[in-house]
Amino acid sequence: MFGAGGGTSSYREAEDTDLVLLWGSNARETHPIFFHHVLRGARKGGRLVAVDPRRTSTAEWADLWLGIDVGSDIALANAMAREIIHSDLADKEFIERATTGFDEYVECVEAYTLERAETETGVPAGAIKEVAHAYGRADRAMICWTLGITEHHNAVDNVLALINLALLTGKVGRYGCGLNPLRGQNNVQGGGDMGAIPNRLPGFQDLEDPARRAPFEKAWKVTVPPKRGYHLSQMFESMDHGEMRALYVVGENPARSEADQTRAVRLLGGLEHLVVQDLFLTQTAELAHVVLPAAAGWAESEGTVTSSERRVQRVRRALEPPAGARDDIEIISEIARRLGCDWGRPTAEQVWDECRSLSPMHAGMSYARLDELGGIQWPCPDETHPGTEFLHARLWKDPVDGPRAPFSVVEHDPPVDRLTEEFPIRLTTGRRLDSFNTGVQTGAYTSPLRQPEALLLSPSDGARLGIADGERVLASSRRGAVEMPVRFDATLRPGLAFLSLHFPDQVATNVLTIDATDPKSGTAEFKASAIRVDKLATKVN
Amino acid sequence: MDIRTTGGPPTAAEIAAVDAVLGPPESLWEGGTRTPADDHIARGGHALRSRRDLLLPVLHAIQDRVGWVSRGALEYTCRRLSIPPAEAYGVVSFYARFALEPRADVALHVCDDIVCSLGGVEPVDGAIRVPCLGLCDRAPAALVERSGRDYEARQLAPFDRDVDWTAMPAYVATSPAGRGRLLQRVGVVDPESVESYRVHGGFAALRRAREMGPEAVIRAVTEARLLGRGGAAFPTGRKWESVAKAPSPRYLVCNADESEPGTFKDRVVMESDPFAVVEAMAIAAFATGCEKGYIYIRAEYPLARKRIENAIAQAQGLIGVELEVRRGAGAYICGEETALFNSIEGKRGEPRNKPPFPAQSGLFGKPTLVNNVETLVNVLDIVIDGAAAFVATGTPESSGSRLFCLSGQVRRPGVYEVPMGTSLRALIELAGGVREGRKLQAVLLGGAAGSFVTEAQLDVPLSFEGTRAIGATLGSGAVIVFDDTADMKPILLRIARFFRDESCGQCVPCRVGTKRQEEILERMLNERNGDRQADVMLLSDIAQAMRDASICGLGQTAASAIQSAVIQLKVLDG
Repeated sequence: MFGAGGGTSSYREAEDTDLVLLWGSNARETHPIFFHHVLRGARKGGRLVAVDPRRTSTAEWADLWLGIDVGSDIALANAMAREIIHSDLADKEFIERATTGFDEYVECVEAYTLERAETETGVPAGAIKEVAHAYGRADRAMICWTLGITEHHNAVDNVLALINLALLTGKVGRYGCGLNPLRGQNNVQGGGDMGAIPNRLPGFQDLEDPARRAPFEKAWKVTVPPKRGYHLSQMFESMDHGEMRALYVVGENPARSEADQTRAVRLLGGLEHLVVQDLFLTQTAELAHVVLPAAAGWAESEGTVTSSERRVQRVRRALEPPAGARDDIEIISEIARRLGCDWGRPTAEQVWDECRSLSPMHAGMSYARLDELGGIQWPCPDETHPGTEFLHARLWKDPVDGPRAPFSVVEHDPPVDRLTEEFPIRLTTGRRLDSFNTGVQTGAYTSPLRQPEALLLSPSDGARLGIADGERVLASSRRGAVEMPVRFDATLRPGLAFLSLHFPDQVATNVLTIDATDPKSGTAEFKASAIRVDKLATKVN
Repeated sequence: MDIRTTGGPPTAAEIAAVDAVLGPPESLWEGGTRTPADDHIARGGHALRSRRDLLLPVLHAIQDRVGWVSRGALEYTCRRLSIPPAEAYGVVSFYARFALEPRADVALHVCDDIVCSLGGVEPVDGAIRVPCLGLCDRAPAALVERSGRDYEARQLAPFDRDVDWTAMPAYVATSPAGRGRLLQRVGVVDPESVESYRVHGGFAALRRAREMGPEAVIRAVTEARLLGRGGAAFPTGRKWESVAKAPSPRYLVCNADESEPGTFKDRVVMESDPFAVVEAMAIAAFATGCEKGYIYIRAEYPLARKRIENAIAQAQGLIGVELEVRRGAGAYICGEETALFNSIEGKRGEPRNKPPFPAQSGLFGKPTLVNNVETLVNVLDIVIDGAAAFVATGTPESSGSRLFCLSGQVRRPGVYEVPMGTSLRALIELAGGVREGRKLQAVLLGGAAGSFVTEAQLDVPLSFEGTRAIGATLGSGAVIVFDDTADMKPILLRIARFFRDESCGQCVPCRVGTKRQEEILERMLNERNGDRQADVMLLSDIAQAMRDASICGLGQTAASAIQSAVIQLKVLDG
């Protein structure tokens, strides 16, 4: 947010806030650790509002569930903003001092009346008004989101719409307030912080800023490429053009996790050279020319991870990895050596210390201090600094310390995959409590909750289509068709269907999904496909 | 919430029972039928969870209507109140009253506890054996429940297993055996008529209290040196004073979960003079500024509950405070005040750690005045006659009179009111002593949580300080008499089993200690093997561990009767 790539708040703040708006997040199932803090807050009297097309188990805990139509988040946020402004609940003093672009924003949201929002989102105007007032009036309130916001063709605009709400009401930079993307793995935050994204250097530093590149070039005695690389979707485009011909995949399973899976597998299979470094022989690894068995980051390796609250924590080796599997650092160092750069055999701590010397926000986090303090939240610029509980306190200084936070003009833009008579059902995808992504890490475990993958469908849709609970059907989108069983789920409204990605070998969900991609984030619109569901042709004996 | 039970949908009768308490569901999400609005909005959270205290009333409604609590009924309840089913299951399985398997429409509960078993309890087909039903003065006792739309519960005492119990008439409340101020209206007043109560001096105390003002009432209670009659003997005036000073909202709780084996005095007062209890609660609420009062009556007292409910309804306009009856569900531990709070709140009846004490944080986490029925009824006399008159009765340290429940092998069992300090011998003589030709063997004073005293100790004055001097306690006022024909060994085993059953299981000393205590006694008395000397030592060690380390009074006293039997009666010798 505002140049920092992380959630602004600490988990603990969710326990002390007056209102948590969980937007596009089924945190009860997908972020159970964070949700445990939310529940503590709820037990202390904090209110919870869930914005989600599905009435998830998260929504079951909420005081109010707004069941929006998939992809109408901006319409909802802008209408809330308009209501907040018209009801004089905006924090004028904060806006004046700490933000820019307010007038243009007001002009934009003026078009989003409650009535229009009801039309776009399906949510009754009165409920939108109620949530706008609750958020506007709360002393402390947090907005948290996950892939329901970001797996859209306009992901960044969705996020900006939420940021606008926080700026409008002064609900960022204070304890118990904030904007928090919840991360799906223990170290998604850390991966981005370390520069494992196309436009960033370690410490989330802008690659395209010469002043940021300079220290790295000096330390590494090389020239760092001055332009950002490709994000995942661009890589596939590049493969499609025959431009990218070799790929090194570390701990990722794009053959199953990419939208429009048929195309992804075709492109991966067409590469001249594919290297996969992973714990398991994933479906992607099966396509590879070289597979590098890696030690697990958890329990078999030394290092650090960074949680959604920006807390860097140590992980330690407890087990020897299986024979032949090697630590990621060792594998990368060995590749470097064979490419002519002898880095020696650095330990995890030596690599970390180098990172600290180049990343100002990690500078004060020695292993000794991480041990002593039980992890430290960035930024932590020096070894006397305690770490930072919440970000952007600077916005409350008078005058503001540093640049002011900008409002962004964002407009409602419905999902790319339009609903038509031919494809009348909105398919959305997501995760379940006991499984993770394509199942590489979780498929091997049993779970008492797990059921065979099936298309979840409203019972009334089933009745309309003449389909029985459990019947196998053909689900088709504009990209492909897959046979799968149906399971009725009364928490889905008519016209809304759900699939997880967990069992690609049972149901190839991503054959149906669309790769319409947000140009700014590179994320595909997994959350909104248009499908039709047909009975299978009766077999003739 | 997201974890479903696997029991199929609720039946129409179950839904009706739940809806009768909670009203009809407002949406699909609360278990109703789908309406278009349900597609895009749902309300829940705090609004539903704030009714958590209705969980037990709902479970009672289901049990009354269908005779058991099915998974389907439980899931529907959970949806209505937004309670995770696993948590609700933890509650429903905590209380003995709720059946988790189907049961016949008519259920017979037969008491096999200390007093009732003295006559020998023989099995009755299909009967459920239960601990003390509080009808020891008319032992043996039973309780019949008929589930259905017209739920009915009948107390049968004396219960005759050779008679058709489905047709046996319900027990009728009787007059007290010995009468004083506390029992002045019992058997005299019509317990169902507010007019009759008024004619017999009712509401004079409340009127007087209002003239005096809250502070003067508390001062009178303090000066009367009234000590709590529930067993802990805490100065009532001090309690009232600290609640009155605590911030609002404040609650009043009358503890009528009289479950100590051998104890039935509160039942007699509630059945025969219910308006007095209601009036006393009104005075307590007035003096301490409580905005709402609850009276928690044990499930096994249907007549008392009916009469108190009637009294509250008839007196509603006069008492100036909202009073509500809550029904226990067959858990002895709920007589412990903090377990009782949890029970009213719809939770497992597990005691809380103290401090904080109820006066700071009690029911719903708010300052709470909790008093036993007998304690409260004393206040009527204190307000009318003044503290000076009150302290004229009893001893300097134990003022007033006391209700004792005489039962067992004594000629005239019943409730007796005598001045504090009366000797145990005199009390037993008042009840006619043991039968002709028998000799007194022992007295269990204070119920299962009390201790045995011997013939040689009969001159102990029945006051807090008098009993303390011989290492005994007045406890609940239970006085169970055993003559020389009684076999004390099964009695001890029954006491050990009682505590093992009733331990809430929350803290280790009690959960493990009560079980081990029973096992050792079984070994010594039934199997007659093991090293007797070592077992006696072990029993004493367990007793000490439970006394020192249990969270609440149940564990702290779970060994006292057995230890006293070992030491005083030498039951395990030979």
